[in-house]
Amino acid sequence: MARFFIVRISLILVTLLFVSASIFAMTETLSGDAATAALGQGKTDENVEALRKKLGLDDPPHVRYLNWLGGVVQGDFGNSLRDGQPVGGLVLARLGNSMLLAAFAFGAGVPAAVAVGIWAAVKKDSLIDRLFSVFSLVAISLPEFVTGVVLIIIFSTTLGWLPSSSLVQPGTSPLSRPEILILPAITLMGVLFAYIMRMTRANLIEELDTNYVRTATLKGLSYRRVVFRHAVPNAMLPTISVITINIGWMLGGLIIVESVFAYPGLGRLLLTSIETRDTPLLQALALILAAAYSISNLIADLSYAALNPRVRLN
Amino acid sequence: MEASKPIWIWRWARPVRNEIALLLRTPSGRIGLPLIALHLFIAIVGPSLTPYPHTEFHLENRLEGPSLEFLLGTDQFGRDLLSRILSGATSIITMSVLGSTFGIAIGTAIGIASGYKGGIVDEVVMRIMDGFMSFPGLLLALLVATMARELEIPLMSAQFEEKVFIVITIAVVFIPRVARVLRSATLTIKELEFVQSARLRGEPGWYIVFREILPNTAPVLGVEASVRLSYAILLASSLGFLGLGVQPPSPDWGRMINESRQFITTSATFTLVPALAIATLVIGINLVADGLREAHQLPKETPQ
Repeated sequence: MARFFIVRISLILVTLLFVSASIFAMTETLSGDAATAALGQGKTDENVEALRKKLGLDDPPHVRYLNWLGGVVQGDFGNSLRDGQPVGGLVLARLGNSMLLAAFAFGAGVPAAVAVGIWAAVKKDSLIDRLFSVFSLVAISLPEFVTGVVLIIIFSTTLGWLPSSSLVQPGTSPLSRPEILILPAITLMGVLFAYIMRMTRANLIEELDTNYVRTATLKGLSYRRVVFRHAVPNAMLPTISVITINIGWMLGGLIIVESVFAYPGLGRLLLTSIETRDTPLLQALALILAAAYSISNLIADLSYAALNPRVRLN
Repeated sequence: MEASKPIWIWRWARPVRNEIALLLRTPSGRIGLPLIALHLFIAIVGPSLTPYPHTEFHLENRLEGPSLEFLLGTDQFGRDLLSRILSGATSIITMSVLGSTFGIAIGTAIGIASGYKGGIVDEVVMRIMDGFMSFPGLLLALLVATMARELEIPLMSAQFEEKVFIVITIAVVFIPRVARVLRSATLTIKELEFVQSARLRGEPGWYIVFREILPNTAPVLGVEASVRLSYAILLASSLGFLGLGVQPPSPDWGRMINESRQFITTSATFTLVPALAIATLVIGINLVADGLREAHQLPKETPQ
């Protein structure tokens, strides 16, 4: 177990090193020059040159990469080009908001999707099962921004139940108005909800057809006990791998959902940093998203192993 | 020898007709195939069917709902939505099809070569692919699309260039994912007897790869192609929504939804029309993919 941890964590570190190098290489081609961007209108050839020297921009690329990486390791992501504030602080404020939204979506969505999947499997081929399968096809096919705007039309502009924008005052937590989290969370979970539901249904139907389930039924256990104690735990394993596979999708979804609902999270900040060519901010955000992806994959693998004793961790 | 040409075409047409016949036997195929056919029809002839030029302003008819004059309503400048949908279909469908084609072709080449070669080459290539896979798909697409925007290709108009870059973006996101799937298929196939005997016969590597391994990856490739195509449309329209798609005044379904967002309280049709266009296209592709799996009794898989 300890060995598994060490191997996996060092693999994550190697991956992140590769990721950081490619992010740096890609964003380097972007703004052309940070000094020009920072000076804006008041730039002259001399002060651009002076600032370039001061910022170390005239160093060769690999030296700048190592300097940047050295800073990142010490928690210093550099300063934003737009307002000169440390990137770390800007990102930290938004990271919490994004995690809150993701946790809310995950916490409410995953159990609900599993429950609906079980329901559909038990009522296989009934009207409700067919309705759910049509619903899951639609949910899988809609990009997040389509789901988002359709939900806004239904629940905000038509019914007036929920706010259409999730904008909060800077400095206040979205938790002060929890209702703004509902539509973004539903939108974010849409695709994953449908996949989990489909997978749970398909696996449970398969499990209910096995010999051990028949034995359990024949020895006189109640149907409820057969389903929940015997079949469901075995049907859950593939569901976890579905979640793993779709974590990357969900992080991408976060960027779009935050943009649709104007939610102040990492994704929106990422889009702003792309629009304003704020390279240090963009580099930090891309690195954090890639790290979040690697770490959630590790957590998913660990929970898979915890539920399935046959999986040896090595 | 006169008849040789039609027979050659016939050989290629028959599998396609068989697939369509199989598809039409499944309920998913019966709904999905017409949906795709409709979209393909719009993509090919749509731009010449528009009732108005897609950039024409009708300022006195802004944000209207459907009427006899404007069948699907108008946008914030009074442009006819039907005309914009019809002329926007070509770009998103061509970009997605080309992007998936390149992504699958290059990914397949890398995957099969790496799996067949094995050893240290395989190890290195796959670690690089894993590295690219550790970017969430949309993040990689955003970075590639933003970076590509800064480049300039000589002798190419700006409108054409931005489409080329979206195709490249889709392909780059797909390559590592396709390569991984095809590599694992190759690892299984290359241990089979017919490949071993080809090797013992002394066939060259290219022969084994193209004549023995590649044809046997067909089922995997088929599933991969349908999954990739629906994801390509999601990706292309998402880039459009985030403003990194085809730039104005060319119509882009994703960007139309983004623009409609601020008028959502005034006119729901402005949002719903492009939303419906994207939704029916992806639903059609997913239904056909389900139908194909059903017809060939392949397991349902989830895309990445």
